[in-house]
Amino acid sequence: MATDSLQQYQDVVFEHGRSPWQDAWYRLKQNKLAIISLNFLAALVVIAVLTPWLAPYGYETQNLALGASSPSAEHWLGTDIHGRDLMTRLMYGGRISLMVGFAATAVSLVIGVLWGAIAGYVGGLTDTVLMRIVDILYALPFMIFIILLMVVFGRSLLLLFLAIGLIEWLTMARIVRTQVMNIRNQEFVSAAVVIGLSHWQIISRHIIPNIIGPVIVYITLTIPSVMLLEAFLSFLGLGIQPPQSSWGVLISGGVETMEEYPWLLLFPGLTLSATLFALNFLGDGLRDALDPRATRD
Amino acid sequence: MELLNVNNLSIAFDTRDGKNQAVDNISFNVQKGETLGIVGESGSGKSVSCYALMGLINTPPGHIEQGKAMFHDVDLLSTDEKTMRGIRGKRISMIFQDPMTALNPYLSIGDQIIEPLLIHEDVSPNLAKQRALALLDEVGIDDAASRYHQYPHEFSGGMRQRVVIAMALITEPELLIADEPTTALDVTIQAQILELIKDLQRQRNIAVIFISHDLDVIRYMADRTLVMEQGRIVEQGQSQTVFNSPNHPYTKKLLAAIPQQAKPAKFKYTPKKNNSLLSVNNVSISYGDRRSRFQAVNNVSLKLAKGEILGLVGESGCGKTTLSQSIVRLINIDRGEIQLGEQSLHKLNTSELKKARKNVQMIFQDPYASLNPRMTVFNTLAEPLKIHRLAESSEIKEKVLCLMTDVGLDPSWANKYPHEFSGGQRQRIAIARALAVEPHLIIADEPVSALDVTIQAQVLELLLTLCQQRQLTMIFISHDLDVVRYIADRTAVMNQGNIVELNETETLYQEPAHSYTQQLLSAKLSR
Repeated sequence: MATDSLQQYQDVVFEHGRSPWQDAWYRLKQNKLAIISLNFLAALVVIAVLTPWLAPYGYETQNLALGASSPSAEHWLGTDIHGRDLMTRLMYGGRISLMVGFAATAVSLVIGVLWGAIAGYVGGLTDTVLMRIVDILYALPFMIFIILLMVVFGRSLLLLFLAIGLIEWLTMARIVRTQVMNIRNQEFVSAAVVIGLSHWQIISRHIIPNIIGPVIVYITLTIPSVMLLEAFLSFLGLGIQPPQSSWGVLISGGVETMEEYPWLLLFPGLTLSATLFALNFLGDGLRDALDPRATRD
Repeated sequence: MELLNVNNLSIAFDTRDGKNQAVDNISFNVQKGETLGIVGESGSGKSVSCYALMGLINTPPGHIEQGKAMFHDVDLLSTDEKTMRGIRGKRISMIFQDPMTALNPYLSIGDQIIEPLLIHEDVSPNLAKQRALALLDEVGIDDAASRYHQYPHEFSGGMRQRVVIAMALITEPELLIADEPTTALDVTIQAQILELIKDLQRQRNIAVIFISHDLDVIRYMADRTLVMEQGRIVEQGQSQTVFNSPNHPYTKKLLAAIPQQAKPAKFKYTPKKNNSLLSVNNVSISYGDRRSRFQAVNNVSLKLAKGEILGLVGESGCGKTTLSQSIVRLINIDRGEIQLGEQSLHKLNTSELKKARKNVQMIFQDPYASLNPRMTVFNTLAEPLKIHRLAESSEIKEKVLCLMTDVGLDPSWANKYPHEFSGGQRQRIAIARALAVEPHLIIADEPVSALDVTIQAQVLELLLTLCQQRQLTMIFISHDLDVVRYIADRTAVMNQGNIVELNETETLYQEPAHSYTQQLLSAKLSR
């Protein structure tokens, strides 16, 4: 074929062409629910970052005379039993909850995926050693472990993140390992070896993109579970301490006074549910968008 | 006497791309005691139409749009599930393609064989066992009484298919549907199983619907033959007539596509002096641990000259794939040496090997598994160029498009993903990927086995043309004797890890010297 006509093809194919990422973004944009969720989550993040400037009150500012009051013009979402503005506490609480969620996600993405991918890809003794470490960490009684950490190092937010991060990548590593063992035996991986790719190139270019579906789904399950775990730890007095707040803390506090002051449960509950819905919709959307086998155009 | 009468059957599937008319208004009948062959390429609707008779179509996405299938006085397509259950496995039974997955690995074969009997007939387990043992004996399982309690994994593929056949026949059905029952089997085993089905059918005077993509098998088995294309029956008649004087152009095309002659003269290799490219010397490879080792390749030697195509044939487990994988260093050898030009491939360390990889490339069997589903064709083809720095980044686009035209792909498809291509097109992508690094040697491991016969002919033609244009040397591995005869200059026959015979292809096919080669060639269905 003459170079001229090939040139012509180049123009046609690559001027209007899309990279796989553009393709995925294009498909994601088709999914209205996912885009709404994405915007909602982005707004949450912006609010969380700007909370110190946006919040109408301080998170520990009390107005004991007011006590628990229902929503009003001054306090849009009402106040808690100590007379603290609920919206302010919800905004500050979001900072902690989102941070816990994202930290756990980051840990399980980075450590969990890599750990599992290496174990599944290399196999043999490496696999055995890596997965036995996972088993040992699984077997540690988590509560005792955290209490010990707190006793030794004192209570701190960093330690809370560390503790949650330490366990949250374990399941991810197991899921990824199984997936990788499946993919590794496919012919396109052998083809990549024969072409002369290094192991690292094979893992990053041929294996990880093919396990992204289950990874994303698991991530959307991880975030809510760590948010609740944080609430549980805080409830036991091992997490964040009053007057700081998190969504989990607000909800567990709200449950106690649910009958007298329902708004104290309602608004934190709604916020958490909306966030979790948004995460799920976005996760589903991402999984479909990143799969080129989904319908196009 | 007419046993089954299918009238105006249409089946459609709802897919994301709209309606897919899998079966389009077909009518046929089956007489008592005859074998009806249905032949066609993948997607022609041959299996779907028979699955519909058994009520095995999933609805949705599939639905039967119209038609009747009268089995005696019951319409199989409209009758209720209860009546269907009484017919399925009792009066009509089925043999599936893959004996490895058609049996439940957790039940002994005896329990599985008597299961349909216990469900459909009021017999005591003891009597059922008696009948099962008699039948196992009849389908050629030696020492049935002691094997009765064994599990499927203790049987070879051919033996399992015998068990599946016994299971299908235990209720003494009037109609047996066999869906590609020998496709997963080796050629010598295939011959035995076909013979068995023929004998059983004759003795019991049952009707058989025999589905296959393999024209030779259908010709051998069927009294009458239907040829299906894209959901329609394009030709039907006595097998003799259909195969000897086909009417429809599609039937002619199918028959013409089977490679049945020697290599075309224009592609013949003329030996030159002193241009040896590959030499494999006394290579042995084994698997397993210290307690039990399996010798996959046993002291094998062969030589290839530049520009030559060597065919490697043998049955599954003979070591042909293991040997080829050792040449591309997917696995390591225990002993011996592999010499490519001046280089000792088996001695290279990791970094030397990475560079040397571009000299030997491989084409894999399954074009659905050998391409990364998440990479566009462009990225798949650009990858080897980038890894080996064979093109400036500005030239990569042009080179990739050039490669695509070379293998007969439309370059405007460069940004598509593998799933958007057909099997044959995918195999072309895989060939282009192997060619991208301009290798000296190509190893093709059953590259056309997963393809339909007309596509297979096109891909073979492409491989021959490319080898000639580019002075490529190739090792072509296949279980299909006809294909190897068509493409190879010399042929090596492997059995149990040894090369038992290696000779000029035509000499080997016409005057096989080794008894195993003779056995292989005689198992091939003659025309």
